[in-house]
Amino acid sequence: MNYAEQFRQLAPLLPGRHLDWLEALRRAGEARFATGGFPSPREEEWKYTNVAPIEKKLFKPAAGESARVDKATLERYRLPEAWSLVFVDGVYAKDRSITAGLPEGVVLPLAEALERSPEQAEAFFHKIAAREEHGFVAFTTAYFRDGALIHVPAGLRLEKPLQIIHVATRPDGLSVLRHLIAVERNAEARVIETYIGTGSASYLTAAVTEIHLDENAGLEHIKLQIETDKAYHFGGIYAEQARSARLRQHHAAFGGLLARTEIHSELGHGAECELDGLFLATGRRHLDTHTLLRHRAPQAISRESYRGIAAGRGRGVFSGRIVVHQDAQKTDAEMSSRNLLLSEDAEIDSKPQLEIHADDVKCAHGVTVGQLDSSAVFYLQSRGVDELSARNMLTFAFANEMVEKIRPDSLKHQVQSALLAALPQADIREDWL
Amino acid sequence: MLNIENLHVQVDSKPILQGISLDVQAGEVHAIMGPNGSGKSTLSHVLAGRSGYEVTGGRVTYKGQNLLDMKPEERAREGVFLAFQYPVEIPGVSNIYLLKAALNAVRRHRGDSEVDAMDFLQLVRGKIKALNLDEQFLYRGINEGFSGGEKKRNEILQMAVLEPSLCILDETDSGLDIDALKIVADGVNSLRSPEHSFILVTHYQRLLNYIKPDVVHVLAQGRIVKSGGPELALELESKGYGWIDQSAAASV
Repeated sequence: MNYAEQFRQLAPLLPGRHLDWLEALRRAGEARFATGGFPSPREEEWKYTNVAPIEKKLFKPAAGESARVDKATLERYRLPEAWSLVFVDGVYAKDRSITAGLPEGVVLPLAEALERSPEQAEAFFHKIAAREEHGFVAFTTAYFRDGALIHVPAGLRLEKPLQIIHVATRPDGLSVLRHLIAVERNAEARVIETYIGTGSASYLTAAVTEIHLDENAGLEHIKLQIETDKAYHFGGIYAEQARSARLRQHHAAFGGLLARTEIHSELGHGAECELDGLFLATGRRHLDTHTLLRHRAPQAISRESYRGIAAGRGRGVFSGRIVVHQDAQKTDAEMSSRNLLLSEDAEIDSKPQLEIHADDVKCAHGVTVGQLDSSAVFYLQSRGVDELSARNMLTFAFANEMVEKIRPDSLKHQVQSALLAALPQADIREDWL
Repeated sequence: MLNIENLHVQVDSKPILQGISLDVQAGEVHAIMGPNGSGKSTLSHVLAGRSGYEVTGGRVTYKGQNLLDMKPEERAREGVFLAFQYPVEIPGVSNIYLLKAALNAVRRHRGDSEVDAMDFLQLVRGKIKALNLDEQFLYRGINEGFSGGEKKRNEILQMAVLEPSLCILDETDSGLDIDALKIVADGVNSLRSPEHSFILVTHYQRLLNYIKPDVVHVLAQGRIVKSGGPELALELESKGYGWIDQSAAASV
């Protein structure tokens, strides 16, 4: 049995089979995946991340209706002030989702949209991700089961954040999702993607999010990846920003055994892109973040700031690539990657790349990989804090500085809790924060 | 309170302190003055327990215990406080978090219960007002982006909250304008009592206009070369350190 055979059996469950354009895309994706498989470390962009453990297994998609999910688990990660779409094992769970009060037609599960308004889905599906033809993307194109279609019409400001909660519940389960976010001219939205799992078994979640930002549109997008310790995760976030569009993306990766997130954006004239991220490669985790910003037109601004912590036998990878195209004069780009290594066996590979084809630009990047500052440890000790607690406090501080940028406050506190849960021996008093 | 006997300290095999003896009684304020490189900061760091200093001789007794055997955090919990010359910036953890962690570490050590959140806030509010600091100051990262004067006042705030028995102020006056200096001095003076002792390490006499010491010591080339009353500080101010260096050299 392989994925092709597996999905042939489940073919009726895949949405949009009646749509020729989608069938063609699925077949192309399937063919591509059948020949190339998942990416290998031989590919330059994957050289630090070996996904062979995923290749060796055959994860199984959910067969029928979405599984029940423990309410307490869900509520722990649901933001009280947000609308939410919940996907359990990759299948939309309507009874767990909160959509009351959403403006009509703005948010739909993709499977439903392919039935009710396929032309809307067609306008955005695989338009941006088509540029990212590696095995994982092809895999999601071929086998996606559902996703969210978020389409904010011109001038509308979505008053509450929209949270997409992904819960994996089944051992060896497979969730394959495609999300589409389209924000029209002068419109604004906030979208949060939360990835969690229950149980202790292994599973694979593969999700691709395409983000279309029209002229002067604004999107705040936050991804929180706190999969379980044996989980495999691939997430691709691919954006295109038209003139003066603003994207603010925050990525927190604290979970999973092997996880890779790609965040790519193409910036139009005067567009602004801010990428913040934090990964915690504790235990035996391998966490890889790959960012690519293409400045295609003049006067765009990008600010990228990533932090990584590796402890135990953890491994972190950050590659940040900025390409300034020939026409992109007056580009203003800054990238920084700061990393903390907490053990002998931990490893972090940070690779910034600037590729500049224009002559009148301002680009800067900086990378540091280091240990805790001993003078800061002593400072805390001199205030009565024991050495281990001082080290933990400084580790927390290093990470929390990124978390503090997250809005709204309820999400910030949630990420802080997740951070404390993920840090080894974090004896930080949450009630004092 | 504190007794230092013939203390010798070296850093990277280089002798820095070469036989310091000092006796500080409860309630006393001692000023230690000296030119750059005389070993003033080394003395404060060794008393607070910073690593990187090798004690090659002598002993330090604090409240009857061997201070040099104690970890920095144990010293702090026993009531030794060092106000840093260069306080460290730690963004990501708030000032008030550190104050709580520090105060509760001291309280746990004494066998007291953790301080109640409301009582704590009330206590701290009173102290920040006296130091002319804004309440927002508490919620900023530890020393994050603070001006030089704010950092020094933050050290005094921590001291005021912890109420240590032995306060060592390492060049707390350096880089302060006259208003900030007065605020810092007021903070120290308000803590003066028969239970609290102070060691003021300073290059200049200026601070001593506002905090009147009981004893002034002059440190040169790792030794105390002269001790006297407050008038000694004034003498140093008018004559400079040149004559001290000569007498120290002569005594070698």
